[in-house]
Amino acid sequence: MRATRNRAGRRHLALAAALALATAGAAAQEKDRTIEEIERYRQMLQEGNPAELLVVRGEELWKARRGPKNASLEQCDIGLGPGVVKGAYAQLPRYFADVDQVMDFEARLVHCMVTLQGFERAALVKSPFSGAGQRQTEIESITTYVVEQSRGATIAVPQNHPKEKAAHDRGRQLFYMRAGPYDFACSTCHGVDDQRIRLQDLPNFEKPAPAQRAFATWPAYRVSQGALRTMQWRINDCFRQQRWPEPIFISQGTIDLITFLGVKAAGGKMDSPAIKR
Amino acid sequence: MKKTFILAAAAAAVVAGCATYTPPTKEETMAVIRSSFQDRGIAKVDRLNQTELQKICSETGNDPPKDVRERLEKQALAAVKFPADGKWLGDYKLGERVAQTGVGLQWSDQPNSAAGGNCYACHQLTKEEISFGNIGPSLYNYGKLRGYSDDIKRYTWAKIWNTNAYNACSSMPRFGDAGILTEEQIRNVMALLLDPKSPVNQ
Repeated sequence: MRATRNRAGRRHLALAAALALATAGAAAQEKDRTIEEIERYRQMLQEGNPAELLVVRGEELWKARRGPKNASLEQCDIGLGPGVVKGAYAQLPRYFADVDQVMDFEARLVHCMVTLQGFERAALVKSPFSGAGQRQTEIESITTYVVEQSRGATIAVPQNHPKEKAAHDRGRQLFYMRAGPYDFACSTCHGVDDQRIRLQDLPNFEKPAPAQRAFATWPAYRVSQGALRTMQWRINDCFRQQRWPEPIFISQGTIDLITFLGVKAAGGKMDSPAIKR
Repeated sequence: MKKTFILAAAAAAVVAGCATYTPPTKEETMAVIRSSFQDRGIAKVDRLNQTELQKICSETGNDPPKDVRERLEKQALAAVKFPADGKWLGDYKLGERVAQTGVGLQWSDQPNSAAGGNCYACHQLTKEEISFGNIGPSLYNYGKLRGYSDDIKRYTWAKIWNTNAYNACSSMPRFGDAGILTEEQIRNVMALLLDPKSPVNQ
């Protein structure tokens, strides 16, 4: 753990030095070099992902007998049958007959923690995301373990059940909906090729390649926050910057949007937990 | 025989759910969206109530029919509040600060803290700032290329106040119209773009 942190620290220094270096010389060249250095920094990050530690904790939590019912999550059906974890995340969100609803992974996890282990739903959804410097939540840890079990699996969010189709269609309307004091929709930033905010690339979800890359790499470890962040968090933080009200954790609207994005990313290969700036 | 086959196929389709699918209406979707958001800090759920322009832009892929577009642009231009004292330009150094700052109107922001313009998120402005986005066009040498006439100043003010005055369904926020920036802040951003001494025009 400490070694990982030190390595990350050195990389921060390397980036700072690279950025400082990049401020001398001609402007165009500077920009190219800065982008090159940032790309190099991202490459270096791939070598040691702190999310690996969270995979271990998540697996322990998944298998441990816990909660008022003293049960493990090993009988949780996340879409491919009770106890099947391998490849399941790549096919979520999907329709679950037992609840007659479409659920993403985080919604399904909460469902299993309530029904199998007897935890209280209200307590689970109250603070699903860890704050700065806090220990990662159980939801974040377990999500990291489960998504890791889909690494290399093909993204195939199902569109067979009418409710899966409806989730996709509502998600599309939400994606293009402009609202709030800044008039932003998701598509303002994520519906055009090769757009950047400052130097940050923005994936265009209307094109398969960038949609696949984006969907495949969430959840991810965010170096700037020193924390693993899930897809529900990603959606939440987008809406904050859109100047919208807050999306409710695992609400239908968030699941609809994730369904829409997942369908756009069909055919990509899961590569999560990834590591990002 | 043929009839039986068609019936069987139809029954199978119903079981599989393909024949029964009717897409949700716009209103049904809006109801689901409304139920999926909550107030947090200064960001209340009433922000989901779309203006007429937001609704039209959302439903037409930001490309409304020509007559609708012209009407929206005319309405936006008519509502622009120009500086009462006729003073267009403030301090370009303060304008640079507005252009660099991205906070404002998020649920993580305080109610009374000044918002930034975050111009660099989308535009190139000065040569010195190399971290700029590309959603909007480069504004480097904005005044030098267009001149410093009153017409250009009037156009630029209106564009910042409500971008829809010249391009309905533009991606840019309505900095004056939506109350994001104060008149004083807009004057400073105007100076950043149109003061001959501003680094933008070097």
